[in-house]
Amino acid sequence: MRINCSNRTSLKGRSMKAAILIQRWYRRYVAHLEMRRRYTWNIFQSIEYAGEQDQLQLSSFFSFMLDNVTQMNGNGPDLISHLLDSVVDPLTEEVRQLKYEQIVVSESYSGPRLSFPLSVTDTNALLSAFKEEQTLHGKYVLQLLYETKKFLKQMPNVIYLSTSYAKEITICGDLHGSLDDLLLIFYKNGLPSAENPYIFNGDFVDRGKKSTEIIIILFAFLLLYPDHMHLNRGNHEDHIMNLRYGFTKEVMQKYKTHGREILQLLQDVFSLLPLATVIDNKVLIVHGGISDKTDLDFLSTVERHKVVPFLDSFVSLEPPEPPREELEWQQVVDILWSDPKNQNGCSLNSFRGGGCYFGPDVTQALLQKHDLCLLIRSHECKQEGYELCHNGQVITIFSASNYYEEGSNRGAYIKLGPELVPRFFQYQVSRSTRKLTLHQRVRVAEGSALRALKEKLYAQRSELMAAFQQYDIDNTGRISTSEWAQVVESVLRLDLPWRTLRPRLARLSADGNVEYGSCFEDISPGEPIPPVTPNLAETLYRYRTDLEIIFNIIDKDHSGQISIEEFRQTWKLFTSHLGVAVNDQTIDDMARSIDFNKDGSIDFNEFLEAFRVVHKLDVKEQQQG
Amino acid sequence: EVTETSKKSIVTFSEIHHFLLSDTIITETQKRISNAFDVFDHESNKTVDVREIGTIIRSLGCFPSEADLHDIIAELEEEEPTGFVRYEKFLPTMTKILLERKFRPITEDLLLQAFEVLDQQKKGHLEPEELTKYLTQEGEPFTQEEMDEMLSAAVDPDKNVILYKDFVSMMTFDDTR
Repeated sequence: MRINCSNRTSLKGRSMKAAILIQRWYRRYVAHLEMRRRYTWNIFQSIEYAGEQDQLQLSSFFSFMLDNVTQMNGNGPDLISHLLDSVVDPLTEEVRQLKYEQIVVSESYSGPRLSFPLSVTDTNALLSAFKEEQTLHGKYVLQLLYETKKFLKQMPNVIYLSTSYAKEITICGDLHGSLDDLLLIFYKNGLPSAENPYIFNGDFVDRGKKSTEIIIILFAFLLLYPDHMHLNRGNHEDHIMNLRYGFTKEVMQKYKTHGREILQLLQDVFSLLPLATVIDNKVLIVHGGISDKTDLDFLSTVERHKVVPFLDSFVSLEPPEPPREELEWQQVVDILWSDPKNQNGCSLNSFRGGGCYFGPDVTQALLQKHDLCLLIRSHECKQEGYELCHNGQVITIFSASNYYEEGSNRGAYIKLGPELVPRFFQYQVSRSTRKLTLHQRVRVAEGSALRALKEKLYAQRSELMAAFQQYDIDNTGRISTSEWAQVVESVLRLDLPWRTLRPRLARLSADGNVEYGSCFEDISPGEPIPPVTPNLAETLYRYRTDLEIIFNIIDKDHSGQISIEEFRQTWKLFTSHLGVAVNDQTIDDMARSIDFNKDGSIDFNEFLEAFRVVHKLDVKEQQQG
Repeated sequence: EVTETSKKSIVTFSEIHHFLLSDTIITETQKRISNAFDVFDHESNKTVDVREIGTIIRSLGCFPSEADLHDIIAELEEEEPTGFVRYEKFLPTMTKILLERKFRPITEDLLLQAFEVLDQQKKGHLEPEELTKYLTQEGEPFTQEEMDEMLSAAVDPDKNVILYKDFVSMMTFDDTR
């Protein structure tokens, strides 16, 4: 189509043609952006869920460790007790309370000093302190958790609420340690009170850096307004998830003296959080979702603090439990881990490694069974902060904005009044005052996703190169796009549109084939420890998260140091579990070289720091910038 | 396929075209289509929401008009519209579109010409209100949201006008990144 500039064509005709052309062009541009936004989203989600599946790997490793405990040569009993994380301390409740009261807080501490029972003064003090980046003293954290545990013990598994005539209840979704989002919600919507009741639907912790502050605020309001503040358990209110996704680390960093005890109390508190809330006998609120087995009456009878989500069920050394226990465990996992899907039916959620995918028919059946009209859940990040599905019978509400990356998504909350028609409120925490255009937002998020993906490629470099080379018989360094996509998909096992992504990950040669070496060009290692071979470096890089978790468990007093012997034993077991061949000499060399001050112990944070990577393009940009 | 065409006295261009294209090109094209489709296949069951078809087709490099899309979608929908399009139906239609190179791209030059046509007074820039009037009232009108989004990227914040030459260069560059 050409624009005819002859005088004979009317002006109006020409301008209309020009308009159509611009519109056609722009819509195509937006579609291209939308495609990039979508696959960026897919990348983040795939990596997130793949990480959660790695959890299964870790669980099976622990089982393996337990089975092989006899090989530990004297370290056995200690290691088991570490893993079980059992409360060795046989204090009674009263003694414990006294113990906390007796903790001395130094004069120089300038943070809030809580007094129980809590009052509005205390919650205001906490909010101000956290806005100023202060930390609450460990004594008060322990006392707060202790009171919260006492309180939660009397709560049922399913809490029934009602909207009084004028009141609206506010329902928030995942916060994941984002204090900024919580404060923004309170700013927009007001603090919790008798006139302003709140429900927080799980996943308060992990990933974000202020998980501790969030739970302190939430528990404080819980104690202050027990009838107007409600917390549902999420799948991240679980100590093994916390080990992996950052909350445990955060607590240990902020509370050097009392961290371990805080973590133990938190374990109890999390297991005592209610599982579901029902409003006006019509609206069901749970963190994940439901399955075709979900039954609220049965759920009400479960001993929730005894049912540990599947990820740490392996640590039980007791004989197999009767069938009822199995069913209870199933019900709880379904509530915490399931996701809705658009097609009918109920299938296992292999993506997540727990819970189900439930279809509109399952929702319909459950709502009918209990005479409900709506299911509100969280668990999944949504671009607009919320999403409806199943003909409006299911709402997903997610309250952590910019969850994957700056600009990736909005957060939202719901207000629900007696007429039970949800109203949605969206927001986005923004570090810059300038509003980003759609394109800029997509580009930032995309950059972040691609960096994460490149790291995944790097982590499996040898495997990938070996597979690429199988197609490259003549050793040209090139293979077809098809072959490249096939290899990457089968090695990484991430279900992503590899062909669409290829231009961002690897270069084409003049003949249209993929130069497969180019996918690793952008990344270079940090400063590796000298005696480590490239292969070993890669293995360490790939499993550093798992190693970190294991070290954190072994490091009983959370000092950041473990003995060389413990390091050696763990490493040996881990590599034999993985089937990676590493000889004793290499491990010994490594252990000795890490022990910089030759005192027989290893600072494993330093050790792990060595296995970071640098993105060369980023470095270049920073240098030019 | 050759025996089919030899029965007719006239061979169409597209038939020769298809015949001359190697299998590799067709396969590669189909794999591209499959990948693009998968990005929007949320259930992983080879269906996409019909409202995403336009985005998929455009992301594969085509520049159809809204009217063009309307026709394509009519072809792709089921006898009794379900709101979803199945991959088995999408693939042949899309393959044909790509191999026949329908809905050719709009080049940077052409786009610039279009803006120049709208700039009747040859100022070298457009006022936001001018552009809004054209794009929301003529042709296949933009929604308010589309117009706002374009303006947020197009309007120079200091001068409050659209320097369309710069805008076109920038957008074309962004698009290829």
